[in-house]
Amino acid sequence: MTSQSRIATWHETVVASLKANDVRLTVYVPDRVLTPLIETLHRDAFFTCFACTREEEAIGIVSGAWMGGMRGAVLMQTSGFATIPNALASLVVPSQIPALLFVSERGTLGEFNLGQAMVLKTMRPVLDALAVDHHTITRQDELGFVLDRSIKQAVAIQQPVVFILSPLLTGGKVFQA
Amino acid sequence: MTHAHNAKVMNRFELTKRLVAQLKHEEAVIGGIGNTNFDLWSSGQRPQNFYMLGSMGLAAPIALGVAIAQPKRHVIALEGDGSLLMQLGCLTTVAARAPNNLTIVVWDNGIYQITGGQQTASSTADLAEVARACGIAKSAWAADEEDFDRLFAEALKGGPSLIAVRIDDKPGVGTTDRDPVQIRARFMQGLGVRRAQA
Repeated sequence: MTSQSRIATWHETVVASLKANDVRLTVYVPDRVLTPLIETLHRDAFFTCFACTREEEAIGIVSGAWMGGMRGAVLMQTSGFATIPNALASLVVPSQIPALLFVSERGTLGEFNLGQAMVLKTMRPVLDALAVDHHTITRQDELGFVLDRSIKQAVAIQQPVVFILSPLLTGGKVFQA
Repeated sequence: MTHAHNAKVMNRFELTKRLVAQLKHEEAVIGGIGNTNFDLWSSGQRPQNFYMLGSMGLAAPIALGVAIAQPKRHVIALEGDGSLLMQLGCLTTVAARAPNNLTIVVWDNGIYQITGGQQTASSTADLAEVARACGIAKSAWAADEEDFDRLFAEALKGGPSLIAVRIDDKPGVGTTDRDPVQIRARFMQGLGVRRAQA
């Protein structure tokens, strides 16, 4: 997928990690930063990839797919995370479903929207309160390791895991002053 | 075509039993929160039943996920009117994916029954019409019990489809055992994903 003359992009590494771990279902509510990843997932027939209307709907879809024998991931941005604590607390966590969540981190390192900045402050406390594992990934050279090991761990211990993709990794969304 | 105001007011538990009686191929059934899954539980604990204890509104999305993972198995979501109204957008997702093996049944009593009988907006929103407008062409009201049987038999032949049913305000029969891990594990065994315990 990547030539030896260049380093893989973050989204190429995410795709490779999902494939290596047989994660075939990807459901998302769109995000600008995630767009190159989403476009790759749509183009690749390995994946069943589609948008839905709300992040907790996506949580329900990947939960059902897991119970039916298909691994799935949900892609969202920080504000979308704020819509899913009930689905996590009343479905995913108590049922022990290894839902894989990718969150494009908004609200930090150059955020221009106060609403995004505020909602980000709620994300890690909510995850900690639910004892849901989460990893903030800032470096491309660590991304593949973190994803591969953490997806395997989530499946093995039947617990969800959240990957917070920092602007340090993705470039984030830049404010045009 | 039957309209909501012409549909007979039926009983959820009786209809749930009629629905389950038609299942001959280990179809999966997702019971939505509250009385919907209480009545599914009380109709007999099939291994292919999943009982939702929280996550109001997610019966149809969970069913869609199962339907995607197991395209040869028919999957039925049972949902109340209040729950469906909470997650109406999922009807558009179902329509866009158009799974041939998914049926949504909406038990519509016009109230949030389990919380004290407060009115939902379903008296002014025709949920079968809403589903059709979202792109689920096979959406209909069941006129009476026999019509429900007929619509459900048709639904099992291919979907996606939605059957709306007017029901009374009788509470659910019995209560689901609230053990989420056990419910999930048995369901996965019922779907052949996990081996049953010896």
